[in-house]
Amino acid sequence: MGNSIYSAALMDHNAHPDNKYDLQDATYSHDGINPSCGDEMTLKLKVNDGVIEKAAFTGHGCAVSQASADIMADLIEGETVEEARRLSGLFLGMIQGKELSDQDREDLDEAAELESISRMPARVKCAELAWRTLDGILDENGE
Amino acid sequence: MSPNAHVTDLTVNPYKADFPLLANNPELAFLDSAATAQRPAVVLDAQRRFYETMNANPLRGLYKLSVEATEAIQQARQHIARFIGAPNAKDIVLCRNTSEALNLVAFSFAPMVLRPGDEVCITIMEHHSNLVPWQQVCKRTGAKLVYMYPDKNSVITEEEMRAKIGPKTKIVAAAQVSNVLGVENDVKTMAKIAHEFDAYMVVDGAQSVPHITVDIADIDCDFFAFSGHKIFGPMGIGILWGRHELLDAMPPFLTGGEMIESVTQQGATWAPVPEKFEAGTQDAAGAYALNAAITYVESLGWGAIEAREAELAKYCIEQLSALPFIRLIGPADPAAHHGAISFNVCTVHPHDVASILDMNDVAIRAGHHCAQPLLAWMGIESCCRASVAFYNDKQDIDKLVEGLKKVWSMFNGE
Repeated sequence: MGNSIYSAALMDHNAHPDNKYDLQDATYSHDGINPSCGDEMTLKLKVNDGVIEKAAFTGHGCAVSQASADIMADLIEGETVEEARRLSGLFLGMIQGKELSDQDREDLDEAAELESISRMPARVKCAELAWRTLDGILDENGE
Repeated sequence: MSPNAHVTDLTVNPYKADFPLLANNPELAFLDSAATAQRPAVVLDAQRRFYETMNANPLRGLYKLSVEATEAIQQARQHIARFIGAPNAKDIVLCRNTSEALNLVAFSFAPMVLRPGDEVCITIMEHHSNLVPWQQVCKRTGAKLVYMYPDKNSVITEEEMRAKIGPKTKIVAAAQVSNVLGVENDVKTMAKIAHEFDAYMVVDGAQSVPHITVDIADIDCDFFAFSGHKIFGPMGIGILWGRHELLDAMPPFLTGGEMIESVTQQGATWAPVPEKFEAGTQDAAGAYALNAAITYVESLGWGAIEAREAELAKYCIEQLSALPFIRLIGPADPAAHHGAISFNVCTVHPHDVASILDMNDVAIRAGHHCAQPLLAWMGIESCCRASVAFYNDKQDIDKLVEGLKKVWSMFNGE
């Protein structure tokens, strides 16, 4: 299944989402919903001095949304809020079909592997859910 | 040999050749007819013929072409009336689709009968199009929205109807066939009980008209709505039938051209039914093509359609039941299904199921099926739905089953 969006990385993150748990000492929490399918996600962050120390999520959704959330949490942990915002902008741009530079691809790391979803309009919202929730959490908390 | 043996043999498919999209895509297993059906060439030809030979604005022109266009609409009305058992073609109102037809009833008729404290009674298995308009009119009028629920066999029993329909009920609205569970609701009994309490019965026929013989005189309902595109006609044409005296008493829904009798600077009077409800230029070509779609369906015969679809449901449910990782949603009895067969793949989200099936040329619907309250009531967020029409065959179901095995092994394989 060469053209599949279901890459080994995606399947692995879906089956074993290391960041899917209820973060106890979170500073911020935000709910995201995908209205087209009713999938829900709660994203929690522990932010200290402008740095995202921990990111975790709970909820339910398809493999694409779950893997995308897990990959995102891996990516933004240890990053500053500004960097997380920049990465989210890159990711959402990519999913909307924007070309990535080699540097962007490197910065997005595993998340860049979800690029093929940009060619599946029906699944774009699934991939975006965690990242839109991240934008929501940062907006809501003035970060 | 039974008279329908030739149509119930699912290895033989004389129908696909009639449908250009299916004929041109022999690998495609199209199992989403409950969302929209495919159209046979005779319908596409009719649409083209209208524009090539009789195109003019119906109703107002005084020249031959316009008269022909008007004729096309009137003949369509007459045929549609016969098709659903309506006594008078003048009570067939052209709309865009079932949603618009039901909104017409909710906006124009419901406020005439609803007062604060009254009740509108619907079923939990309604499509949003027969649910949200009632929520909205209840909010506007101060009426209460009451739900009937099915039993474990997906049946809304007479006992349940009698528990929910009562002296406060002014309107009962129900799908004749559920777009998720595939079951047929006993709308005839609902209408009878509604009328015992002087309430009105609205039937959503979107999912019943393509699969079963419909006779509104027998149902004895007060309004009946369906969509052309689910019965092999074009998208954008839908039908509302209403009892003449009710349509006559109702104010118009949309106002403007063609629906008036006369207009002054400060006022207007309305054209008679059905034109009163048909503001603006109607989709005459759509009505003409819907007429052709109904002619096509009738040429196949309801006996043949029902027999083949029953066989398809039986084979599909047998095959799905044999897969240990499939959980069927809705009645286990294939005979209770009319088109829709819903299910979930254990541990796999329906969107992933649909995407992987799509890679194998199998088209199904996945999600909440515009019936979120039903899914919430059943305790699920979403599900998969395969829906069949007579043009499906054994190969389509086999491809679905093969695809589902692939889904399972991708998510649970070594």
